[in-house]
Amino acid sequence: MSVWLSQHGDAFRTAVRRLAASPVNTLLSLLAIGVALALPAGGQMLVANALQLARNSAPTPQISLFLQLDADKRAGQEIQARLKDHPGVKVFRFIPRDEALTRMKSREGLADVIEALPRNPFPDAITVLPEDDRPEAMEKLAAEFRKLPKVEQVQLDSDWARRLAALLKIGRTGVVLLALLLGVGLVAITFNTIRLQVMTRRAEIELSRLLGATDAFIRRPFHYFGILLGLAGGIVAWLIVAAATWWLAAPIGELAQLYSLDFALRPLAALDSVLLLIAAAGLGWLGASLSLRQHLTDG
Amino acid sequence: MIRFDHASKRYPPGMNALADVSFEVDAGELVTVGGHSGAGKSTLLKLIAAIERPTGGAVLVHGQNVGSLKRSAIPYLRRNLGVVFQDQKLLFDRNAFENVMLPLTISGFPPVEARRRVQAALDKVGLLERQKAMPIMLSGGEQQRLAIARAVVGRPNLLLADEPTAHLDADTATDVARIFRDFQAVGVTVLIATYDNSLFPTARRLVLDHGRLQ
Repeated sequence: MSVWLSQHGDAFRTAVRRLAASPVNTLLSLLAIGVALALPAGGQMLVANALQLARNSAPTPQISLFLQLDADKRAGQEIQARLKDHPGVKVFRFIPRDEALTRMKSREGLADVIEALPRNPFPDAITVLPEDDRPEAMEKLAAEFRKLPKVEQVQLDSDWARRLAALLKIGRTGVVLLALLLGVGLVAITFNTIRLQVMTRRAEIELSRLLGATDAFIRRPFHYFGILLGLAGGIVAWLIVAAATWWLAAPIGELAQLYSLDFALRPLAALDSVLLLIAAAGLGWLGASLSLRQHLTDG
Repeated sequence: MIRFDHASKRYPPGMNALADVSFEVDAGELVTVGGHSGAGKSTLLKLIAAIERPTGGAVLVHGQNVGSLKRSAIPYLRRNLGVVFQDQKLLFDRNAFENVMLPLTISGFPPVEARRRVQAALDKVGLLERQKAMPIMLSGGEQQRLAIARAVVGRPNLLLADEPTAHLDADTATDVARIFRDFQAVGVTVLIATYDNSLFPTARRLVLDHGRLQ
């Protein structure tokens, strides 16, 4: 066990030494990997933020019913009675047209406009919180409400949220696609770096074999080399994304304020960061393995 | 210790490096393999270290048929041999100490004990003072002695050397030959490929001629 540990320790130190031995090459590789990984990582950061924004500003999904302007009190009560017994309705709230008017008057800038109107332009309205808030169920419920007498319009508040969700799905797919493509790029970078390493260390590898080194012993430092390169590249990517987040935070905050949104750009989530580093290290290892299989078979 | 049983080695174009070679070396013997350049001396050593495999017959080391060893078993065979290569194969990017340390690192020796052994090996060949020197700073004789130290640091009971005194002046060659005789004196079996038998007057001689034993 201690032999195993010390051999891995040796291999690790050897890998670090080899990375440090050619600082310019190492730095260039790290930058290439970092930039490549920063794209999907940054994309993920943006998508996560957009999701957060959607979640924050979308209230619990509800259905709004607007009655016809000429609907009288009785018609309103009839509809309320039906909603009360409806199994698909969790809660509902009746908003009389007078209440809507007072509420709108209290809004800055609107009071004058409304004052100028000859009569109350608002209909009676009912907001319904459904029992089942899945989109299909809500769609069905809305269709049912549309058939009620004296109902002018039924509006699904989840519509825009669904459009946003669909957009975000595309964004997320884009991130995955980017991650796959640039992951392949990372594998290619480590593959080539390890190939060069094997070439420059041919004498050492050959000698080690002659002195009784197992394949595992010879491969081990290269595996660590690949893992370290990937991991360090992942850290560079993380730093790039963090810097971008920091840079974007102020202008986006300003924009959010203009739209009166309670929103601040968040950095890459902890879980995503850990995933990024693990994926980077794993891809580095993969590139090294493939390269070794290709270039270390003889002897 | 070593047994060649009608062993032969033929390289692809139809060239016979070794043909029908049979001999035995007992434990503790000092044996030289002589012959003209290209007679097959190096090939013979390579067969013992499983660097080459015989194309006919058998080569046995410690009773093991080296030619039929699995690839994964070869490293463990080599760890029990000390080999001084014709071209020495020193690593020029590490110092004398680190060069000698390499076999012990490979076999997974505990570091503290390994360090002690490296120093003992360097002391044995008279290079202890130069342990920090890079190989390029060493003279030809010192480089050869460094290669020997690396071969013996694992305390093998079989030591192979391919032309260890070539390119050395007479005094240095005598010096290096003495080191090999010292190892034989403590029970190590030594097999040396050399054109210069005079350096090893006590050795049993095998002579190769165009791949055949005379």
